[in-house]
This record gives sequence, structure tokens and C-alpha cells, in this order.
Amino acid sequence: MKRKHKRLTFVVVALGFLALATALVLLAFEEGIVFFYSPTELTAKKPPAERRLRVGGLVEEGSVEKSGTVVTFRVTDLNNSVPVTYKGILPDLFREGQGVVAEGRLVGGVFVAAEVLAKHDETYMPPEVAEALKKSGRWQGGNP
Amino acid sequence: MIQKFANPARFIRLSQALLPWMAGLTLAFAAVGLYLGLVVAPADYQQGESVRIMYIHVPAAWMALFCYTAMAIAAAVGLIWKHPLADLAAKSTAPIGAAFTFLALFTGAMWGKPMWGTWWVWDARLTSMLVLFFLYLGYIALVNAFDNPARGIKASSILVLVGFVNVPIIKFSVEWWNTLHQPASVLKIGGPSIHPSMLWPLLLMALAFTTYYLWVLLLRLRGEIIANKIRVLRLRRVHGQA
Amino acid sequence: MESLAAFFDMGGYGVYIWPGYALTAVVMVGMLVASIRFLSSNEARLEALQAENGEPSDEA
Repeated sequence: MKRKHKRLTFVVVALGFLALATALVLLAFEEGIVFFYSPTELTAKKPPAERRLRVGGLVEEGSVEKSGTVVTFRVTDLNNSVPVTYKGILPDLFREGQGVVAEGRLVGGVFVAAEVLAKHDETYMPPEVAEALKKSGRWQGGNP
Repeated sequence: MIQKFANPARFIRLSQALLPWMAGLTLAFAAVGLYLGLVVAPADYQQGESVRIMYIHVPAAWMALFCYTAMAIAAAVGLIWKHPLADLAAKSTAPIGAAFTFLALFTGAMWGKPMWGTWWVWDARLTSMLVLFFLYLGYIALVNAFDNPARGIKASSILVLVGFVNVPIIKFSVEWWNTLHQPASVLKIGGPSIHPSMLWPLLLMALAFTTYYLWVLLLRLRGEIIANKIRVLRLRRVHGQA
Repeated sequence: MESLAAFFDMGGYGVYIWPGYALTAVVMVGMLVASIRFLSSNEARLEALQAENGEPSDEA
């Protein structure tokens, strides 16, 4: 009786984990797996203002303006760009020319962000190497 | 019976010869890898010193996938050819793989907070990695759930094979979908986009994690073989043949 | 001493780096120790069983 009980517990636990895994997969599909939209997709979609979503792209050069704790900048995919306002602390990697993902709502053409996350690329190198590459004109990455 | 035990006996002799090598190699690779990664390697031009988390995060994530793949192969061999060592190899790999997955998730959070600005996001890469963790836990729970070990192995082997679909999803999630996680740096078309001064410590740490896996696998596998033998002896005694 | 402090500070990222390395070490050493214990306790049980049965305690 006791062994049977133990076995039942284990099967229930195993099925529980499997259900949890499946639920996560379904939840990911529910959100479309698309973690963020590009500015081009966003301008084409014109989502309603109450819909919370994410926009991702590069922080446009020279677009960052800070006044107190409020930051405004433009997110670009090099074809279209969307103005973003955000009030809060920015991640360390946030800088012009760097990848960014903002979560919030599109209100009257302006993206009001509740959260700003930095996205980085898959290139890793020492600062001196990056400097040398830029000097020799062989720089292929973004604009740090 | 003799046939069945012939292979495990040979394996135990082989494992005794291999164990000190695995232990020595793990310690040597880890010592050099840690020294290069924490002291010699430069800071990254974008991420500064925080890039040093990569030297444990990336090997742990690689091993999480490697262990699951090894488990799936062992489970398939066990199901098809009824090879007892393959079944036990799958069972012995599960807790090691689960540990690597947990470490990949934890070190990822430690890296994500300062760089991305968040401990966790529900993007395709991170979510599929969490699914992998639950697959490991589900396997461990299921394999221990049956009084008859053979049935436990069979049920959980099927679970591993079904769950294997998640492995390519994890690997290619960063290419198929928009994710916050960046794409692959090392295993990619056109060669690694990572400077050699950072690639070397990464590869050494990956080697250390691999030999660590083999080391612990040999220990656990021997333990499982002996556990099987104990079960056979007990059964024989119950049936009054001893 | 100052360079050592700088090493542990890691440009301000030490608070993220060192917990990451520490937990990795704890989990990996813990897994190793648990596996060694699992093996040696099984070895001891097998030996005891073989002694009870009056069988030769052949390793393997």
C-alpha cells in the first residue's frame, strides 16, 4: 500500500512537470513567440493603445534626450523609426546605435515604454580590437 | 544472465582505468580555463567585465543540450536493443543534465540583469530552456516511480524521446524568432564572432565541463550497475536460491 | 591589495559574477560528492550482502 502510494506520487509529480512544460510551450505560442515587433511592423499594424506589446530595434543616433528621469529616443530598424518615451532606470548597455527592446503601449504614434531592455549582438572582442577595426575601416558591427 | 553481466563487468574495469584521467583532466582544464577567463582575458568592448559570466554560462548551456542528446541516444538504444548499460547511462545522465540546465538558467539571470536590465524574459530561448529543465525533472520523477525498474526505464525513455523535439527548438530559437537573447557566437556559419583571447577560455571551460560530465557519469553508472546487482541478489534470496 | 580589490569588484559587476561562479562551484562539487557517496554506499551494501550469502566478494 505504501509503495503504491509512493509510486502514485512520483507519477503525479512527473506528469505535473510535463504539464508545466507543455503549458509554457502553449503560452509561448499564445504570445506568438514573437518577442518584439520592428518599427516597420508596428507602423503597419497600428495596434490599439490599450494593447501592451514590445518594439525592438536600434537606438537611433543622436535621438536620445534626457530631462530629469524621463528619456526620449527613437527606435529604428533603418527603414522606419518610432519615438519612445520612458521614465526609469536604463540598463548599462543602453546607448545610441545599440539594440534595444521596449515594452509598453503605442499612444498616438508615441511608444510609451514601461520597461526598456538592452539587446546585444553575438560579437565579443576586447576594446582595443574594436578601436583598431574602426580605425582601419574594417568595422562591420553596429555603432558602439 | 552471464551474458547480461559480461558487459557491465568489463565496463567497471574500464571505468576504473578512466576515472583518474577524467578527474585529472577536469581539474587541469578548469584551472587553466578559470585563470584565462578571470585573469588573462580582456573585458568586452560592449559588456565590460560582465562578459566573464560567459565562461560558465555558455559551457553549462552547451552541456545541458549535450546531456539531453546523450540521454535521448541512450534511451533509444535501450528501447531498441534492450541494452542494460544504455538504460542506466540515460538514468545516470539525467541529474547531471538537470544541474547544468539549472546553472545555465541561473548564470543567465546573473548576466541578464546588468546587461539587458532584467533577470528573466519569456522569449523563445529562455522559455525553451526552462522547458528543458522541466523535462529533466519529469524524467527523474518518472524513472523512480515504478517498483519494477524495467517499466520505469521504459516509460521515462519514451518521455525523453518525445521531449527531444525541444533540443533543436532551443538551438535555433534565436534564429527562428525575435528573441532578446543574442544568436550563436561560436557554432555559426562564417566562423566564431568572438575574439580568440575570449574564445580560448570559453573552449577550455567547455572541455572541463565535458570531462566533469564523464567523470560523474562513470561514478553514477557504476553505482547503478551495483544497485542492479544488489536487486538481483535480493530477489534470489527471496526466492530461496541463495 | 588594491589590484585584488579591483579584481573582486570586476568593474562593478562582481555582485553578479561571483554569485554565478560560487553557485556553479557549489552545484558541481555537490553533484560530485553525492555521486561518490551513492557509489560507495552501494558498494558497501553489495559487499555486506555477498558476505551474508557466503559468496566471494568479487569487485564487479
